[in-house]
Amino acid sequence: MIQVENLHKSFGEDKVLKGIDIQFDHGKTNLIIGQSGSGKTVFLKCLLGLIKPTKGTIKYNQEAYSEMEEERQRDLRTEMGMVFQGGALFDSMTVFENVEFPLRMLTKRKKKDRRDRVEKVLKRVDLDNVEDKMPSEISGGMQKRVSIARAIINEPKYLFCDEPNSGLDPKTAIIIDNLIQEITHENDITTVINTHDMNSVLEIGENIVFLQKGVKAWQGDHTQIFKTDNKAVTDFVYSSDLFKKVRDAQLKGI
Amino acid sequence: MLKKVFGRMTKGSVLRELIFKDIEDLIINSMGIVIFISFFIGAVVTIQTALNLNNPLIPKALIAFTARQSIILEFSPTFISIIMAGKVGSYITSSIGTMRVTEQIDALEVMGINSVNYLVFPKIIAMLLYPFVIAISMFLGILGAYVAGTAGGFISSEAFLSGLQDDFIPYQLAYAFIKTFFFALILATIPSYHGYYMKGGSLEVGEASTTSFVWTSVLLVVANYVLTQILLS
Repeated sequence: MIQVENLHKSFGEDKVLKGIDIQFDHGKTNLIIGQSGSGKTVFLKCLLGLIKPTKGTIKYNQEAYSEMEEERQRDLRTEMGMVFQGGALFDSMTVFENVEFPLRMLTKRKKKDRRDRVEKVLKRVDLDNVEDKMPSEISGGMQKRVSIARAIINEPKYLFCDEPNSGLDPKTAIIIDNLIQEITHENDITTVINTHDMNSVLEIGENIVFLQKGVKAWQGDHTQIFKTDNKAVTDFVYSSDLFKKVRDAQLKGI
Repeated sequence: MLKKVFGRMTKGSVLRELIFKDIEDLIINSMGIVIFISFFIGAVVTIQTALNLNNPLIPKALIAFTARQSIILEFSPTFISIIMAGKVGSYITSSIGTMRVTEQIDALEVMGINSVNYLVFPKIIAMLLYPFVIAISMFLGILGAYVAGTAGGFISSEAFLSGLQDDFIPYQLAYAFIKTFFFALILATIPSYHGYYMKGGSLEVGEASTTSFVWTSVLLVVANYVLTQILLS
């Protein structure tokens, strides 16, 4: 479980986050949505400890992250997995080496044990015969799967995803969404996803937080989002005619 | 940054691989240009010295003496280091900078890895071999001087070998290697700093490489002055 209390972040005069309070439960896919510039990425980086908040507390299982010693923070990060928007795969390593990397760096597992685990996880994300390829030799969708495989290889307690569907075709995007949700449920982990993708919101949003200009403007799940009359949310989510029709159909029970 | 370099250490087996890779990238892959430049610089120094020493009262052995002093004291340690600031420095800044803009450094940090130690420490260790590069450069510079001097008819082989040994002070060699050691630290750390702390995209990677080269060169020249003042005066 992650608890965020009164989180503020400013860059000089620019106040990006203005007092956010959220709780993310484990075993759920938690989605952060909002327009560009609403503070989603800064919020996610604060959760990860890549950016230090100006004010406020982030607690991982009741332990205040921002008050920990740097070494303890690093220990805690070994329990996190992150899927970056661009994949952030190490371009000098093969797919296998990328996925194996956290095991090599953070565990004392033997080579054979590591190989078995990597093969199992690559199979879990539906990747075959790409172990020896370089990241530049595989498609964007495959890179995302490799990134997910690397994020879950060390069985993290927390999984963070920054725009996991960006740049993917709709079919691959749905596959990636479902994969993340299945992994979250299978391993009972806390997953936080930053997304613009309304398909993801409606498909896997078990806890949706809408950020607007650095504040939490709405929170609910993917069924509640159809019923909300919060104008900021409806303007954002139903900005396309297709989603308006989906909403109308849902409300009419079609 | 230096505090973080020696902070939480990367796992030994991984660190060993990284050091060997950096030795290959930074040291071995630089040998070609070092060999080429050193040989021809040695040759040019000899020709220019010979052409300026046209007084028959000045012994020809002085040509070799001058070439030796120029190569050991300045050309190999300082001139080659500035070349290396361009070659190795740009490589370090652009490779770390690219990792920064593609979020690979963030990926390391999120895993709980000390990314500064992972990226910079192996480069510092690899660059400890830099004095060997300079030793090879000195040897080839003098070889170039010998070839140009004798083949060009400026000096006989015997006179060259005699001049090469005239008034040789071993401490000057120590001075050259001491400053080379400091230059190695500058070559490993300044470009790493510019790559690690860069902001922006691919265009900024190029800008960071240029800035890194400028600052590394400036620091090399200043360090050269300070070390010479301390060690020789």
